[in-house]
Amino acid sequence: MSQSTARFTGLSAVFKRELKGYFSSPLGYIFLVIFLLASGWLTVSRDFGRFLELRQASLDAFFAYVPWLFVVLVPAVAMRLWAEERKSGTVELLFTLPITLEASYLGKFLAGWCFLGFSLVMTWPLVWQVARLGDPDWGALVTGYLGCVLLAGAYLAVGMLFSAITKNQVVAFILGTAATVFFLLVGLPQSLQFIGDFLGGYTEQVALALSLSDHFETLTRGLIELGSIVFFLVFTATWLVCGMLALDRVKAS
Amino acid sequence: MEETTKDDELPAAVAAADVPAAGAPAQGAARNAGEVLIEVEDLVKHYGPIKAVDGISFKAHRGDVLGFMGPNGAGKTTAMRLITGFLTPDSGRVSVSGFDMTRNSLAGRQRIGYLPENAPAYGEMTVTGFLEFIAEARGVTDGGAIRRVIEMTELRRVAHQTVETLSKGYKRRVGLAQALIHDPEVLILDEPTDGLDPNQKAVVQELISNLSAGKCIVVSTHILDEVERVCNRAMIISQGQMLVDSTPPELIERSSTGRLDDFFREITQGVSR
Repeated sequence: MSQSTARFTGLSAVFKRELKGYFSSPLGYIFLVIFLLASGWLTVSRDFGRFLELRQASLDAFFAYVPWLFVVLVPAVAMRLWAEERKSGTVELLFTLPITLEASYLGKFLAGWCFLGFSLVMTWPLVWQVARLGDPDWGALVTGYLGCVLLAGAYLAVGMLFSAITKNQVVAFILGTAATVFFLLVGLPQSLQFIGDFLGGYTEQVALALSLSDHFETLTRGLIELGSIVFFLVFTATWLVCGMLALDRVKAS
Repeated sequence: MEETTKDDELPAAVAAADVPAAGAPAQGAARNAGEVLIEVEDLVKHYGPIKAVDGISFKAHRGDVLGFMGPNGAGKTTAMRLITGFLTPDSGRVSVSGFDMTRNSLAGRQRIGYLPENAPAYGEMTVTGFLEFIAEARGVTDGGAIRRVIEMTELRRVAHQTVETLSKGYKRRVGLAQALIHDPEVLILDEPTDGLDPNQKAVVQELISNLSAGKCIVVSTHILDEVERVCNRAMIISQGQMLVDSTPPELIERSSTGRLDDFFREITQGVSR
């Protein structure tokens, strides 16, 4: 068998195993139920999204809360990906199979990302309601969901790095949540003002450019801004590469 | 990505690694006994300030069953992790079936079956599901491979149970089954009988003996009887160094009491004191 095919079969074997894992353990179903209930409730609640009171055929109310729900839920999906392998010793089995570390890492990432994508697909009743009650801007809906998918990937890559560097899933979860909150908050006006006042110079612009929330909002407004899409891809790839390097160093400890 | 086949890689690997021509498996040639399958040269690995493996060198041939003995913490597991490519050595070289495990690790790994210490496996998967995953990851296309290893390791009764529900003995056999699924020419078994009852030990030892004909097997163990029973070569490692590379009968002969246990104690305690 040629090496490139070997690499691909390895990646797809890891991908399939992980994806099945989400549906053969309670974790996957718990995640889905909590995500769907929480996102639905936050969207229509009078205290939060006020979806019905706004009388607008848009899912802005939903998109506003997705980044905050994902802050808790995506690290929960990511935490087991490597910490469990390292704790149980299966990492030794995995890395002595003819699969590169990069292929295993990507296989797991793609499986987690697909699972998160599936959970977003399961929010279809919201879309159906919007279409039933009014005449939504379909462009904004599509870019909004695209933003959600990209955001999920970015959070997952962050969470995976922390799962790679610790054997303790709880530690991985807390660090993952803290890091994603940081990248969300850094783009809020209050944070930007604080950063500008304290550090001055270009730091405010740098913080804004690094902020996940700002790029996400651009997409939910219905704008396909190439810069924002590229930002998400580069952000995700950077965290993936850092995670691979970190895992290679600590895999045997 | 570069398209390379085994035939393309082999001459380069062999030339680069300067392995003797006898070590290269010729395409279509009969599996000749005595061919060098594992070559370890001056292997060194540190964990921080601790030297876990300190200059181990040896060659193992097809047909060899090599027993790695040594006290706990002697460096047996680290040495095996270096041979299987899980760890990269600080210095020195490992080649398996002519493939350098640092430069051409994937090709080497395809030829190794490895049972890590404590036989780790994905607990939530069924035995069959787990073996299917390993077969797919190794690119095994032979549909009968899983059935064959389940028969060989007598796992049929638990084939549909999840791994986490199995007893220690069965878990160990699952670990052996995954190591055998691609019919590798090199088998590395880290304490395959540790924690098993005498009946289970006998089953695993018999399996190893039966497999030894066309393969090169490295077994680490604390049980010195086991070395006498299944191995044709015995190595004693202590504090990362190889103290003895010999055969079990020779070791017994060198012992003052005629027992392998006593020889082991004499030589390993002599060093640590």
